[in-house]
Amino acid sequence: MKLPAFPKSLARVVSRLPAWPPSAAFAAACNRAAWPTLGELDWSAAHGKHFRVHVKDIGLSMYLSVAPDGLRAEKAGPVDVTFTATAEDFARLSLRLEDPDTLFFNRRLLIEGDTDLGLTLKNLLDAVDWDELTRRMPLGMGRLAQALRRRTGGGDTLAALP
Amino acid sequence: MPLLELICPAGSLPALKAAVDHGADGVYLGLKDNTNARNFAGLNFDEKSLKEGIRYAQGKGRKVLMALNTYPQPDTLPRWHKAVDTAADLGVNAIILADPGLMGYAVRTHPELRLHLSVQGSATSYEAVNFYRERFGIRRAVLPRVLSLPQVENVVKNTEVEIELFAFGGLCVMVEGRCLLSSYACGDSPNTFGACSPGHAVRWEQTPKGMETRLNGVLIDRYADNEKAGYPTLCKGRFEVQGETYYALEEPTSLNSLEMLPEMARMGIAAVKIEGRQRSPAYVAQVTRVWRAAIDSVKRAPEQFKALPAWMAELAKVSEGSMNTLGAYYRPWK
Repeated sequence: MKLPAFPKSLARVVSRLPAWPPSAAFAAACNRAAWPTLGELDWSAAHGKHFRVHVKDIGLSMYLSVAPDGLRAEKAGPVDVTFTATAEDFARLSLRLEDPDTLFFNRRLLIEGDTDLGLTLKNLLDAVDWDELTRRMPLGMGRLAQALRRRTGGGDTLAALP
Repeated sequence: MPLLELICPAGSLPALKAAVDHGADGVYLGLKDNTNARNFAGLNFDEKSLKEGIRYAQGKGRKVLMALNTYPQPDTLPRWHKAVDTAADLGVNAIILADPGLMGYAVRTHPELRLHLSVQGSATSYEAVNFYRERFGIRRAVLPRVLSLPQVENVVKNTEVEIELFAFGGLCVMVEGRCLLSSYACGDSPNTFGACSPGHAVRWEQTPKGMETRLNGVLIDRYADNEKAGYPTLCKGRFEVQGETYYALEEPTSLNSLEMLPEMARMGIAAVKIEGRQRSPAYVAQVTRVWRAAIDSVKRAPEQFKALPAWMAELAKVSEGSMNTLGAYYRPWK
């Protein structure tokens, strides 16, 4: 199953919206759903740094930072590092269906700015125990993520091969 | 003597679990510092995750090999000694070393600890391999990726040391253990810093002319929108030489030796290694399951072995650059 593409007309509308509400909504959702697990890793190298997640096909930018108690939404402005990809690729990365370096080789992921900070964030996210993360998510979100991962490939594409 | 053990990269605990769950016989990993040649921010293991990784892998009968394959410098030598002690205390199956001084320390301090010679040790002849065997008792050597298969066989036939070969993953100029190209631009080399092109020196930027890669300010490549990108290392950059801009050192390519597995089995290669500790658990899972299937297939019936198109397609997807190569293993003119 392929994740659906985001309609272009809607993307034009989204790109004109202010950045604050999506950043705040994303940070709040992430803190609720994922921070209990993410927070166990050492994020100190990223504290006080600002980063932008640029979803290029939707025209959406989220401005965020990492604090000791979770993600924070930030006002639009200069950042230390920017991640650019499509909504589908960000989704595939977060479902751990795709390798970031593979996306980079194929020009589907761009990291601009402080590369060390970008690598820190990427590698820390890779170090998260996905099963643990989804198991601890509230409101059935974890089960939903697991089901989505299974239905979109889940690394089982070769299961039928000899 | 083992035959075609599958050794997979683990840059994190989830990557280690992915390797084990998808059929690796062993994983190799490093600590979160410059004692190994994949010293990237946020990557690798601390003592807690190393303990858990060893418990997980060995609990399922798999091996944990720890890379300590950089060259210690006098003022920081205790860090490398401590890393050897940690490996021995936590019970890894072997450590992978390049520096003879560190091998001496390991032999004196932990005589029971199994030693592997790293690719960074750059031993390309059986004389070199046997030297490390005589002096330090190494049990396995990882050969540099510069030998043809007949040359590899010549090593195998003339040593009792197990031979491990790189089987899949990114290639570089392969002057292993002696490459200073990265130092030339940014002052850090893989031998001492633990990474060529360390993150602090790399900058990517999308410009109207294309995506530019800079290393410490030096422009090393510019990609048009439809071009595949490679790792930001000097050896894979495009440079202007006598009015022409091209890959003056080498083009980004990936090694894929899968179709040579029957030959490797016949020669008695002890282990094959998958490159990529810097990569994600998704990559490790994808690559490990293909190589597991291929190795099982070659062990079942070497004469009937065929590299299935589905395997090759899966491997091509995750490769650096737009092409795969058999590297130096295949030299028909030799």
